[in-house]
Amino acid sequence: MSDHDKIYSTKLQDKLERSTVLMFAMVAFVLVFGGIVEIVPLFYLDRTMTHLSPDVKSKVGKKEISPIVWQRQPGQSLDDWKPGDGVRPYKALELAGRAIFIREGCYLCHSQMIRPFRDEKDRYGHYSVSSESMYDHPFQWGSKRTGPDLARVGGKYSDEWHRRHLKYPREVVPESVMPNYFFLEDKKVDVAKVKKTMEVMNSMPFYPANYTKADMESAAGVEGKTEMDALIAYLQSLGNHIKFTEGVNYRD
Amino acid sequence: METTQTAPVKYDMDIVRWFSIAAVIYFVVGTLIGVWIAAELAWPVLNFIPEIAFGRLRPLHTNAVIFAFGGCTLMATGFYIVQRTGATRLWSNGLAWFTFWGWNLIIVLAVITLPLGINQAKEYAELEWPIDILIAIVWLAFGLNYIMTIAIRKVSHIYVSNWFFMGMIVMITYLHVVNSLVIPVSLTQSYSIFSGVQDAMIQWWWGHNAVGFYLTAGFLGMMYYFVPKQANRPVFSYRLSVLHFWSLMFGYVWLGAHHLQYTALPDWTGSLGAAISLAMIIPSWGGAMNGMMTLSGAWDRLRTDYILRFLVVALAFYAMSTFEGPVMSIKTVNALSHYTDWTIGHVHSGALGWVAMVSIGALYHMVKKLWNTEMYSDNLVNVHFWLSTVGTVVYIVAMWVSGIMQGLMWLDYDEYGTLSYTFVESVSAMHPYYAMRAIGGMIFNLGAWIMLYNVVMTVRQASTARGASAVPANA
Repeated sequence: MSDHDKIYSTKLQDKLERSTVLMFAMVAFVLVFGGIVEIVPLFYLDRTMTHLSPDVKSKVGKKEISPIVWQRQPGQSLDDWKPGDGVRPYKALELAGRAIFIREGCYLCHSQMIRPFRDEKDRYGHYSVSSESMYDHPFQWGSKRTGPDLARVGGKYSDEWHRRHLKYPREVVPESVMPNYFFLEDKKVDVAKVKKTMEVMNSMPFYPANYTKADMESAAGVEGKTEMDALIAYLQSLGNHIKFTEGVNYRD
Repeated sequence: METTQTAPVKYDMDIVRWFSIAAVIYFVVGTLIGVWIAAELAWPVLNFIPEIAFGRLRPLHTNAVIFAFGGCTLMATGFYIVQRTGATRLWSNGLAWFTFWGWNLIIVLAVITLPLGINQAKEYAELEWPIDILIAIVWLAFGLNYIMTIAIRKVSHIYVSNWFFMGMIVMITYLHVVNSLVIPVSLTQSYSIFSGVQDAMIQWWWGHNAVGFYLTAGFLGMMYYFVPKQANRPVFSYRLSVLHFWSLMFGYVWLGAHHLQYTALPDWTGSLGAAISLAMIIPSWGGAMNGMMTLSGAWDRLRTDYILRFLVVALAFYAMSTFEGPVMSIKTVNALSHYTDWTIGHVHSGALGWVAMVSIGALYHMVKKLWNTEMYSDNLVNVHFWLSTVGTVVYIVAMWVSGIMQGLMWLDYDEYGTLSYTFVESVSAMHPYYAMRAIGGMIFNLGAWIMLYNVVMTVRQASTARGASAVPANA
């Protein structure tokens, strides 16, 4: 009997090692579990999304807490939304600003995900909840804080502060290591692109923006705005959508 | 067609030569960009034009080291191993060349698009959708060729390295396809079909398994071939390698969730990710021990064999990172470490210490075999070894200190119950460590330049010795 006929492990393992097809099939099979178990339930378990979570939903229903997601009434435009009305899709200019945020790789140094810790609450505000990023294609939670978290930066500083800071960060914060973004003032936002982006956001299979015809027409309003204006509009829109009630558990 | 002269079987080795040389060049370039962006964080004045600002170059750095250097190394060693362990030529030499030119085209496109800010905003998957499609095609060409070459092997059993490569090929295909599902706005812009929490989980399922399969499974396949070859000893335990393989394949896939501890991801998912992460210490250490113990009875060779040194130190870093990773996945540790430089330190102990070191060892080993010669200078290999080791240690120590310091500063309260530090105070406290990290990276990058010089001189020396006709000129 040659060495090659001897079984050194189990019969199954030996069989797999002798057959390319079986080995391939087994590998392909073993590799699917983790992803299926961890990802698929996130699409159907209600507790994944704050606004679908039974406890939060019933509190909203009884008007004990402010709505999580904005319930737009017929005829209302995006401009009718007020901070605290609940999560809404991005306005045209904000969407243009978000594209610049992504283009410049801001997410590599700034997170948009506040964890439920005392220090993060004191520094950044209420912890982030899942529904707040439901319209974020792709998510912008980030993984690193070389700079501070931006999940609730909206309304924290004036537009003028942002403009000066974005142009030359060290003029405002001497210790900052952020690059200068003065060039954002030189380029205008592309209206056609913003419109197309809104259409794309409407056609999303998961959490589409549901922009109305009037919303789409509002894209014309970004004409003449600079990339700087757009980025500031985006930053100012972050984090003030939901009015959180003290003492309510929004996680689970 | 040029073939190795020592082997009884004729192999397709030109493709391996070209991928190897490309890997060494990308090694220099990728780590150089890393040094540059590290310096930008220490001295922000270096961000002088938008195209080279940190936010645009960081994706180029990660893509260059992972997909250009790592990818070319994987394909060079993969094509080398699959032929030698199967005693057969490649299933299709033509498809292998398609893979070579396709992969390099992708790299060129990445070099053009990323500095222009053409970016999908998914870490380690920044390239836009037309390039993603190209990646899928080239990857499948590589995978098909690899698996078909296994199928036409002349030996009865599939060697362990090939299991690992097969796992990588299948898993990266799953990950790349799902994570890259987008709706395009234009040729250069698109948005993920997933959003928020689901997108986050899918991204880190991809993110961690780009590490787990691309940078771990593939490189373990490399380890299982080159460590025994270089040590001239059989793998320590066959059974351990079976255990290592299947538990790694099954388990690694679950780890992505530990990147999202305490975020808006449901707690069950993060906890599940952490639990499996902890369990993964066992196969990882089993694998590391298996590699290390292969040297039993040959330890003395570490004194003289510099290539073996790279491989063994790589295994030591592999063991260290695969211990550190699970520790960082525990919620209480993650609460401190997440968002800090500790993560960057951990990644680099794996990337520089494990992935790069094992690649360097494998590439030196292959260069000698492929050109049928000794290295131009063994001393330079030794110098490279020390530069790599010292550079890695300086880098990761800087990031450990800065990461833990950042974490502690952020959560510190003074006696009045208010936060002790503003955020920007933590930024300025990082400056010396960012400078130190840049220096560590520079030392490591210097080693890469020495490797490039040594490899070029070795190839030239081999060509002169054999006459110009022996130079692999045809493609």
